[in-house]
Parts: sequence; C-alpha cells; structure tokens
Amino acid sequence: MSEIHLQIDGKEIVAKEGMTILEAAKSAGIPIPTLCHYEKLEPYGACRICTVEMEAQGRKQLVASCVYPVEPNAVVTTRSEVIDEIRKMILELLLAHAPDAPVLQDLAKEYGADEGRFEKESSFCILCGLCVRYCAEVKKKDAVAFVDQGPKREICFVPEVASKECWNCKECFPLCPTSYLQAAYVLTEGLVGFKNS
Amino acid sequence: MTKINSPAELEEYRKILKSKIDPNRRWISLCSGSACNAARSAEVAAAIETELEKEGLSGLVDFKRTGCHGFCEKGPIVDIHPEKICYLNVAAADVSEIISETVKENKIIDRLLYTDPSTGEKIAHEDDIPFYKYQGRIIFSSNSKVDPKHIDDYIAVDGYSALAKALFEMNPDQVVDTVKGAGLRGRGGAGFPTGKKWEIARANPGDTKYVIVNADEGDPGAYMDRSVLEGNPHAVLEGLVIGAYAIGAHQGYIYVRQEYPLAVENVNIAIKQAEEAGFLGKNILGSGFDFTVEVAQGAGAFVCGEETALLRSLEGKPGEPKARPPFPAQSGLWGKPTNINNVETWANIPMIINNGANFFNSIGTKGSAGTKIFSLVGKVNNTGLVEVPMGITLRDIIFKVGGGIPNGKKFKAVQTGGPSGGCIPGEHLDRGVDFDELAKVGAIMGSGGMIVMDEDTCMVDMAKYFLVFLSEESCGKCVPCREGIRQMLNILTNITKGDGKESDIEVLEKLCKTTGSASLCALGKTAPSPVLSTLRYFRDEYEAHIRDKRCPAYSCKSLISYYIDPEKCQACMTCGKKCPAEAIVGGKNQIHVIDQEKCTKCGTCFEVCPSRFRAVTKISGEPVPTPIPVEARKIVREGKRK
Amino acid sequence: MDNGRIDQIIDKYDGKESSVIQVLLEIQRENRWLPGEVLERVSEKLRVPLSRIQQIVTFYKAFSLSPKGRHEIHVCMGTACHVRGAPRVLDTVQDLTGIKPGETSPDLKFSLKTVNCVGCCALGPVVVIDGEYHGKMVPATSEDVLKNYE
Repeated sequence: MSEIHLQIDGKEIVAKEGMTILEAAKSAGIPIPTLCHYEKLEPYGACRICTVEMEAQGRKQLVASCVYPVEPNAVVTTRSEVIDEIRKMILELLLAHAPDAPVLQDLAKEYGADEGRFEKESSFCILCGLCVRYCAEVKKKDAVAFVDQGPKREICFVPEVASKECWNCKECFPLCPTSYLQAAYVLTEGLVGFKNS
Repeated sequence: MTKINSPAELEEYRKILKSKIDPNRRWISLCSGSACNAARSAEVAAAIETELEKEGLSGLVDFKRTGCHGFCEKGPIVDIHPEKICYLNVAAADVSEIISETVKENKIIDRLLYTDPSTGEKIAHEDDIPFYKYQGRIIFSSNSKVDPKHIDDYIAVDGYSALAKALFEMNPDQVVDTVKGAGLRGRGGAGFPTGKKWEIARANPGDTKYVIVNADEGDPGAYMDRSVLEGNPHAVLEGLVIGAYAIGAHQGYIYVRQEYPLAVENVNIAIKQAEEAGFLGKNILGSGFDFTVEVAQGAGAFVCGEETALLRSLEGKPGEPKARPPFPAQSGLWGKPTNINNVETWANIPMIINNGANFFNSIGTKGSAGTKIFSLVGKVNNTGLVEVPMGITLRDIIFKVGGGIPNGKKFKAVQTGGPSGGCIPGEHLDRGVDFDELAKVGAIMGSGGMIVMDEDTCMVDMAKYFLVFLSEESCGKCVPCREGIRQMLNILTNITKGDGKESDIEVLEKLCKTTGSASLCALGKTAPSPVLSTLRYFRDEYEAHIRDKRCPAYSCKSLISYYIDPEKCQACMTCGKKCPAEAIVGGKNQIHVIDQEKCTKCGTCFEVCPSRFRAVTKISGEPVPTPIPVEARKIVREGKRK
Repeated sequence: MDNGRIDQIIDKYDGKESSVIQVLLEIQRENRWLPGEVLERVSEKLRVPLSRIQQIVTFYKAFSLSPKGRHEIHVCMGTACHVRGAPRVLDTVQDLTGIKPGETSPDLKFSLKTVNCVGCCALGPVVVIDGEYHGKMVPATSEDVLKNYE
C-alpha cells in the first residue's frame, strides 16, 4: 500500500493509502472529537462532529474525517472558527435531546455550547448507531435496529431476536453515550415480555 | 415484431414504415399522459374509437393515444393532423362534432380552440399558440406523434438510428468525446458534465459496470421526467444503451417512482418490444454488444433521488446516502463502477449522437448547452410542461409561454430547484435560465420545477412548507440535517403561528450554516436554501410575522381573521349556508357576521362571496372590528323603500 | 395474504435478497397493508434479517403496517398544489372524515394520506380517492366530493 503525504494542523504526516483523515490524525496524536465512531466498527459518518477542513487539488472542503480518505498533499485543519461553530451547533442540537450525557457535557464545555439553546426534545437518544452497528457487525445478530426516518428515527429492539439473544449478551450497553439504550431495552422487555429473561 | 439483426435491416424496416405514412393523411392524436388521464382523456379516447367506427373511418383515419403534449392546463388535448389543428379541454361529448365537422368536413370548431386572453383571438394551429410558439421543443417533439406503446411509431421518427450509428460507426471513446463536446450537463439538478461522468466510469477498471436511469423525480411540482418516460420511453432506452456501450456496461436499471404507475407500465412495454426487436439483449443489431435492463420501483422516499441512496435502495436497503468518495463511477452498485443519469439527460443522447456535438452546443448558452424541460405550475395561466433553450429569461417563460398570472394578481416570486432551490423575486425576472445564472441569485435551476407565486403567497409559509417536506424525507442519519431541520421547522412553525421571537432569524441563519456545510448528503446541504432565499428577498415578511404578528399575504391561519364588511354585505346568505363550522350569524336581509370564536379560518366564505359584493375580507395584524349591533344589521332594499 | 401467494411473488424475483423492496411493494399493492406474519415470512424466505425488513417498511412511505379503509384518500401537498390552497383542502377533509394523515377511520371507511406531487399540477389542488383524480378542489366542494363514497 502506497504512502500518502499530507499536513494536519501544520504537522507533516505520512499515512497509508486507504486511511481516513481521522486515523491519520490519531497516528500523529492530533485529537478530533467523535461521537459515533468506534474502532471495532465501520466508520459511520453520522454525527459530523469530526468535521474538518481539507484543502486538496485546489479545492477547500469541509469533510467528516472519520470517513474521508487521506489525499496526497492535502492540507487539513482540525480547529478553526468555522469548524468550532459547526461543532458547537451539533452539540447544542444534541444537548436538546441528552443534556445529561457526560460526553456531551465535556464537549460542550470545550466548545462553549449552550445547553439551553433549543427546547428539550422528548427522546434522549442521539442516534449515534453504536448499538445497532455493534449488534450487526460484531455480534451479527441484528437484535436492535433503526426504524422510521428523519426526525422520527429511533432505535428499536426486535422482540423476536432480542428475547433470545440479549439476556446473555448486552455487550452494546457500555457503548451507549446517553444510557437511552438500556432504558429502551428495559422498556421493550417489560412491554413485550421477553421469553427467556 | 421480428428481430432486426443489422443496421441495414433497421433502415429497410424504417423505410417500409415511412412508406406507409402519407404526410397528408388525416390522423388524430390525443394526449394520454397521467394528467390528461386524470382529466378523463380515456373517455375521450373511447368516444373517438366509437365514433370513427360508427362513421366507417376506422381504417382510414389513424388515431394515436400519445404521451403528454405539455399544455396540461388545457387537457385533454386533441390534435388533428396534418394541419395540427389543436382542440383544448376536449370532453367525450365533443367527439362526434370533432369527427363530423373537422375530420370529415375540414371545418374548425371555434369553441374548442385556444383563445388569447387579452385579444379574444382564436388560434387554430398548435404552433401558433403562444404557449407552444415560444418554446423550443426537441425532446418533446415526438411526444405528440408517438404512441409510447408502439415501438414502430418510434422507429418511424428515426428511433434507434443513433444506436445503430454508435454501435457500428463509432467506438466507445468517440461516443464519450461526442457527449463531452456537446456540453450536455446532467438534467437532474446537479448539472455535472455528462461526458466527463461517462469518461470516469469508462476509465475505471472492471468487467462489471452498471448504468442507471434515475427516474425518482421527487421535487414536488416537477413532472418532466414522468412525461418523457410515459410519452417516449424508447428515447430514454436508446440513450441508455448508447451510454452502456460507451462505458462498458452490460446491465442497466431504471429506478422509477412507484407513484408513476403509467410510466412504469409504458417503460416495461417498451423494454419488452425493444427486446423483441433486438435493440436490447444479446448481440444488439448484430454488433456483438449485449445489454439488458430491468425496472425497479421506488417505495416513496424522496431521498432515493440522491444517487448513493438510490443505489442502496436497488440493493434492497433503506435509502441512506453513503459518504463520497468513493464516487459511484468508481464504486457504485454492489461496489462496481456505476453511471447514474437523469431521465432527461438520457433522452438527449440519441439526438446528440445523430446530429453531433456542434448541433447541441449551438443551442442554449455557453455553459449550458441544449434545451431544458420545465414544469411551469402554480399561480400561472398556462400550467404545463415547457421545453425551452437554455438562456431564455424567466420573464419570457412565465409571461410569454406561461401567459402570466391568473385573476389579475401580481407576480411575487418563482420557486425553482425544488426543496434544494430558492425563490426568485421580480427584480431578477430578466435573468436567463441556466445552470449558472440562477445560482448567482440564491436559487438553482434544479431538475426543472418552476412554481410561480403571486401576492397571496406567504413566503415565510413557503419556507416552512419546504422544511416540512424535508423533515418528512430526510433519512435521519446525520445530525446537521435531522436535527437542524427539526429546529428550523420548530422556529418557522412558531413564527407562522404568531409565536416568533426577535432572536429567531439569527438562530435560523446559524442553523442554516451548520446544516448547509456539515450534512452528509445534498438533501441536508441544500435544505437551508428555501429559508435563506426567502430571508434574502422577503425578510420584511419574516419581521412582520415576528414583530407585528401580521401575515402580509393574509395567508397564515393563526395570523388572519375573516371579516364581513357590513357596508358591502348584501345578506345573500351564501356564506352562511356554506360555512362548515356554522360560524356565520345572519339571515334574510340581515347583515352577516362571523363568530370569531367558532371560525376555523377555512376560507370558504371568502371563496363563495359573490364577486359583485366582495364583502368578506381578511384582516391581519390588527384586531377584528367589533360586530355592529344586531339592530343595525337590517338591510333595507332600495326597491322596498316606500 | 397466504404464504403460497407470498412465495409466488418471491419466486418471481428468483428469491434474490436485494429484491426485498420490490417484493414488499407487490405485497403492499395486493394486500393493501403488511401484517406482521407477512414480514416474518418474507424475512425467512429471502434470508433478510427481520430488523432490516422493519427498517425498510418504516423508512419507505409506500408501506402500511395497519389495515386501510375502504376508500383511500390521497391529498396532494406538492408545491404547486400548496400554492393553490391545498392546506385548506386538507384541513377540511380532516374535519369531514375525523382523521389525520396516516390514520384510518374507526369504521374502516376512509384512510387519509398526504402525497408529495402526483404530477397533475394543472389540476391542482388535487385529491385522489381510490385512484380517481379530483382536481381544482376547494374547501367548499370537498364535502360534495366525499359524499359520493360509501
């Protein structure tokens, strides 16, 4: 695999072809915040908080570093007024759902996000998808999935599968940044009456 | 239909077909597109068949049920050839007169002709009607001549000659070069140079490649692609096979909205007939090139018009867009190089191959060659599908072709580009329409939807409308789109309800920035456009809603009240009878009064009050006058005064 | 819908996993809604996880997970119809039927849905009932139109 030379925050970095900007930054010790990223899973590119500025082939773009592949001679900036504004807004949008989530609170302090910007929303799931993807990619059970679209999107345990698999697993539980997952599981278990629990 | 095995056989067959057509013969074409079907053209068709049979003309006068003629406001449309006498708003009851007078006696029936609204002049011939006169119909030219369910009609208008030329007289690189030289840009909205797209797909290695027709036309108010697919499916197929040959693909898909059943039906018939004729399948026309195509239907998701979401849907998954790079040309359907183009883009290809790059790029503007089909709809007189050369001004489209605004109302804005586009006000009406000009004023040309708005349209409501649409269609995967649209819609709902706050506009603009720059796909990235363009040109309307709780267009229900002017009310009792909420108090010779507590603001009274009285008015931003006392409500008629 | 018919439809697509959306569309068209057992059968025969089927039938608007009424009312809310007054028509239809979009009346008479553009903008506002198009609708005429449906 060939080498790719790029610059991140002024640092010259040598990355391997096929690496993402996030991976390259990590290898150089440059931190980029993430919410929906987990090394054991395929990058998802949903939270967009890892957005960075990349200048390559004469074009300047804002890209999600967790999914965007490194390009030769790219110049990447991980912090700027534009980037910070985006991250601040993403945090404010998510804080409307999960104001108590520790990871959101920590990031909110760093980016000056206002927890009260938007009125509280009813669901405290931030739809990072870590649970769904872990069950699909690592456990290969598909016991929990996304349903609906747009603002109605939510995670949902598939009772027929969850009742057989989850009681003995629950490996996804620690991944949930807001504990909504645990709440949803308990609710489903109670409503549907899982056979084996 | 016997298989055609070579270009020579094709030309022989075409010659025979053409020899059977007497250019001076009388024949009838009836528009049978979905819109005219909805206006009961099937009844007209049945009446024509019956009447022709009755008069013994069935074998002598051809009758074709064609695709959309474009002038949808006046459908069903019947054209009598060879003169191309154009009859509008034809009903089944008119048919016997049409056959006896025009078909048999060459007499024109005035009442069925187009009437110029300002001069009262009757126009008999289609090409003279302003709606058609100012267009430049190339792609649509065949729609009124071809029965989409009969491949012979398409062959008779030189159909599949471009395919033969490409397969036998050109190599794939030459085909790509021709399309590049023509300057064709994608007609789906993004306007990416088609030739370049093909070149990239061609260059990517691999034996398995795919070509796809994106017929998931989702912009509300836009139905150009439907009419091309319903009316001339072979043009799209022919373009697709040529593209497949250029790129090196042997399998194609046509992804059509399931809300377009007639298009699905006609394209399936066309594929079957093309296979029988040898234009699809193995060894096409004896060239050694194989290509098959399948139809897949959408399941009601606007986002599947986005190419990566479309690919997911074809793969049997929810339509969630995928990160790019890699681009579909590199890694698309099932990870193979895939070229996706819009219906209208494909339909342009045969004409480009037959007439050459220079012919095509001599039409339109420098950066935008060729014609574009627009659906001209909304508050406009001549609603329909118009095909015009790129560069024509908005003013010409709306006023010359479109016949201006109905009911004497004033033009306010024209919305282009669907939910990804913007509203353009009167000051820019003299801009030419193409990919680049409209982008300069905060809109995009988009796929061709052109919705005209008048003084009664509330622009804040329009911004809210598009956000409602986008929130129903967002896949919901990424935060900037899902949550950004959620909050923008909350704010706009509050504003139109009269609960707007001073800080709302600033927050809206901040949200627009994040959603527009950090979203995963084009749906999210362009979602702010309707908000931003209405803020740019109609900020005063936003401010009126927020500060004065007033809707300048008298449209937002929560901010208006209906009021019967006691000076004008003549107690005709029409509104009282029609009011669904029984909110109108009044009786014979009693001036009517609306009970504001019961009124649901449906607007029925406003509609039904006779125009000679115009007693029902709308009030906004000020209190409703107290009702006059009951004793003062008695109307004393002039004639009854003694 | 019985398993035999479901299997027939699946066979039409050679049991290909990627055809799941096309299969469900055909079943939806014939049966007018998708009961849970049908989803399980499709999941089993096409070897598609039930979770993905659930995601598909809730993601795409063409699918209905509850029975439909005898008459399906589709009110077009496309931009052109909106500009010509469709929201007021929708409000009136809601008042007259007592249901909101996505709902079916308790007597199973009407199901109401909004659609985004049926492509008949010249006739706007458009309401389609059981595939029959009603054009130039206004609140005042809505009651008369609905009266014709038993």
